[in-house]
Amino acid sequence: MEIVKTLFQFLAAALLAPLLPGVINRVKAFFAGRRGQPLGQLYYDLFKLLLKTPVYSRTTTWVFKAGPIIGVASLVTALALLPFAGRPSFFAFEGDFIFLIYLLGLARFATVLAALDTGSAFEGMGASREMQFAVFAEPAFFLGLAALARVTGQPSLAGMFGALTGDTWRTAAPVLALLTASFFIVLLAENSRVPADDPNTHLELTMIHEAMVLDHSGPDLAFILYGASLKLWLFGALICSTVLPRHTGSWASDSALFLLMMFGVAAGVGIVESVIARLRLTKVPFMLITAFAFSALALIFQMGR
Amino acid sequence: MHTFAELTIVFIILMDLALAVTGSLSSCIRLVALQGVVAGVLPLLAGHGAPHLRAVAFAAVIISLKGVIFPWLLMRARDRSGAGKDVEPLISYPASIMLCLGAFIASSWLGSRLPLPEANVAWIVPASLATIFTGFLLITTRRKAITQVLGYLVIENGIYIFGLALFVEQPMMVELAILLDVFVAVFVMGIAIFHISREFDHIDTAELSELSDWRRGEYGK
Amino acid sequence: MTQALLLLPLAAGLAAFLIRGDGARRTLLVWTARLHFLLAALVIYDAVSGGRVSALLPPAGEAVWFSFDSLGLLFLGVTSLLFLGASHYAVNYLASEKRDPGEDSDEGFIFNNAPEAVFTGCLLLFLSAMTAVTASRHMGLLWASVEATTLLSAPLIYFHRHKRSLEATWKYLLICSVGIALALMGNLFLGAAGLKSGAGLDLKALLLSAGALDKPLLKAAFLFLFVGYGTKMGIAPFHTWLPDAHSEAPAVVSALLSGALLNCAFLGILRVSAVCASAGLADFTGGIMVLFGLFSVVTAALFMLGQRDYKRLLAYSSIEHMGIMAMGAGLGGGAVFAALLGALSHSLAKAGLFFTSGMVLAAEKTKRIADVKGLWRRAPRTAALWLAGFFLITGTPPSGVFLAKFIILKEALALKHYWLAGTFLVFLAILFAGMARIFISMTFGERDAKPDEKPFEEQSGMLAPAAAFFVCVILAGLYLPDWLQSLLAGAAANVGGRP
Repeated sequence: MEIVKTLFQFLAAALLAPLLPGVINRVKAFFAGRRGQPLGQLYYDLFKLLLKTPVYSRTTTWVFKAGPIIGVASLVTALALLPFAGRPSFFAFEGDFIFLIYLLGLARFATVLAALDTGSAFEGMGASREMQFAVFAEPAFFLGLAALARVTGQPSLAGMFGALTGDTWRTAAPVLALLTASFFIVLLAENSRVPADDPNTHLELTMIHEAMVLDHSGPDLAFILYGASLKLWLFGALICSTVLPRHTGSWASDSALFLLMMFGVAAGVGIVESVIARLRLTKVPFMLITAFAFSALALIFQMGR
Repeated sequence: MHTFAELTIVFIILMDLALAVTGSLSSCIRLVALQGVVAGVLPLLAGHGAPHLRAVAFAAVIISLKGVIFPWLLMRARDRSGAGKDVEPLISYPASIMLCLGAFIASSWLGSRLPLPEANVAWIVPASLATIFTGFLLITTRRKAITQVLGYLVIENGIYIFGLALFVEQPMMVELAILLDVFVAVFVMGIAIFHISREFDHIDTAELSELSDWRRGEYGK
Repeated sequence: MTQALLLLPLAAGLAAFLIRGDGARRTLLVWTARLHFLLAALVIYDAVSGGRVSALLPPAGEAVWFSFDSLGLLFLGVTSLLFLGASHYAVNYLASEKRDPGEDSDEGFIFNNAPEAVFTGCLLLFLSAMTAVTASRHMGLLWASVEATTLLSAPLIYFHRHKRSLEATWKYLLICSVGIALALMGNLFLGAAGLKSGAGLDLKALLLSAGALDKPLLKAAFLFLFVGYGTKMGIAPFHTWLPDAHSEAPAVVSALLSGALLNCAFLGILRVSAVCASAGLADFTGGIMVLFGLFSVVTAALFMLGQRDYKRLLAYSSIEHMGIMAMGAGLGGGAVFAALLGALSHSLAKAGLFFTSGMVLAAEKTKRIADVKGLWRRAPRTAALWLAGFFLITGTPPSGVFLAKFIILKEALALKHYWLAGTFLVFLAILFAGMARIFISMTFGERDAKPDEKPFEEQSGMLAPAAAFFVCVILAGLYLPDWLQSLLAGAAANVGGRP
């Protein structure tokens, strides 16, 4: 019975993930006074792209083709590690949070290699920027998860979020508040949202993430888009599980609340995108250093407790 | 209640970080004032039960001094001296924030090493030490005279929080004398800044370097 | 009596801001100084004749804010005497400043002076704050008074309104305020150390319950207070403000800073080291004081060798003497007596020298050593005082300074600190040689012909205080009267040395 539930959780996450960008777009549209795209727009796009035949430039090699596949594969694997509403997923072991970070790193690495493989100036620029920000974002994320492991005393993601309860907020509120802030900043940067990047930009010079995937088409692009939505889901789930660790025992109500929170986070991202302008490129590292500072503070707090 | 006090402590530390990265002089002044106010409120949060009337009165004095009068004096000094809007650090902001974080790590280590009486609010000692370090950072790595006054005030805030952590009850008269001194210090420094701006046409302390034994006697002839 | 000592200069200082006429204000300054000295003398006489000077603490009774023990009395006496001399010098100085336009001695630009009312008022308030330092019986109050001396003396340094004095004022204000903030931290540690025994920060309670104080916290308290008050006192390497402030302030202010203010900061250190000594930490505090004291002597000697500005030279000499005093207090035993005698003699000798330096500046219109040659031709009496001051301050017998240095050296040898004594002696020799070269060339060197020079009129009113102080220093080296000896011994007992 348990295995069915975890499988169901996994499938729900995998299927609902493309809904999040839709929510964000709707919120942004609402703030801009527009009606906006349908919620399920990304599903249509994915479907359309999957049917198309990809076009490959003659200068590219197998690395270019492997990039999106490795990317989406590592993100799906990462999703399998991720607890759902505080419940363990079917793939959990001690220290899996480190594995999670490496999976994200692998996805990034594959995308960057594919971008470099094209030999295009824009893609190289995008790859360079992506890596530059990753240098700041990854330590922040890693330290944050380490702090969370210290708070709960659990070495696995499932353990961490299983042990996290409302009581933890009563005893370790400062740490959790700092972590939430840090994760949210990392989410914005990692998912190329405003203020780090603008997903809607059409000017290659200002792009970061988008610039890397300019040459992908057809199913490859579908993989990349799907991978991006999975990544958003992943970070969103971490934030939800930190902010609202609810374990009533009832699987259905927990899950419902969790899903509601996920859409809440997506709406939050939409609001941030609507009210904040994009940062100047040179200022983005400052933002990520702030996240790093938050995570480091949380860890120091926890260590000395 | 204590969670609230602890969150306040975190807030104070975050303000230290913010002070390390803020590039605008007026928000620096506001941050220092806010930190002073938060530090002034802290004893009311940390105690058990309803706060004592004396404590409330003293907190009111501190809040009005640090939250209203100091920022007013400093803003006035800034406007009159034509100090401009920027802080003008000597080191980059990421370096500032890293130094600040390092200071916090050092002070939490120091806080655990000091044989202090058990504080009833966690992190109050490291937070106070980190605030003092931030004050030194502001004094040493910022160019303008006014930021040095701000650094002095931040040090003063940190020492005040440190005093709370140790529960050293000073007699009212001494506390007031200390506050009076700090007030006069800010006042006198404000006047000095005004004179510096008139004499030098700016308040860049890097220019205050004529008196030195390392480049003796270069002035004049 | 104590209240009168505190309130008299306070009231006079506030009145000075309001008085319009220069003459009336100057009269007020001199008479306040005289009255303050009289009161201080009465308090000291009362204590000496009542046999209370040897008592460790003031007579029984509840904790009081302000009261004098022997140590406080000694520093009160020095401060008051110095201020008496300074006030007489100041009225003449102010009168001469009014006559001549302010022309910068180095760059030749014209500047204004601060209003005389502000100068006189701050001078009197400064005296009040220093009196409060010597009388404080509570470490918190002591802190507040020391900080008050900083703030009230800052406008004095900025009497000549030009950019170099402003730079000196700014450095003085900031470095000392931050240093003293650290001393506040030390006070908090001290309070925490006495938390269990409920001593608070009252000096008497601290001394009586010293055994029950928390030792590690007490050590931390000493370190912070030493750095904090040491900054104010001019202990190297925290001395950086001192040469600037002393060289740019008017001579009378330099004299007060060097002779009275540094002592006040030294008193702060002595207070806490007395508490530490009663708690059995004398070795710890002594070691630190000796180390930094010797470092100050070395630093001062090195910076004096190539010095080009004679007021800075005197400032470094002050750092040297502060180092010697810290060493003496740190060595303990008879050296404490010597340190206090040194404080007394240095204050008088250095104040006299600064007064004379003001005359040299007036005569030669330059602070550069290289530009002053053959002073005795232009101003023979000033030159004589200048040379006498040099011999006294470097510790040529007979002078109180010599006695102090000699006893400290003897104690260091008796305690088998041979390296310390050797280094000390070597650097004293370097100091003597370095200063001798400068002072002798200034006094006797070949004078450049300046045809358009007006003859310089030496004012007796400005020379007299210096001469009187020098006589006192010589007398202190020849013969210590019984009352002074018992006062010094009582003060040494207060610090924790041999009575």
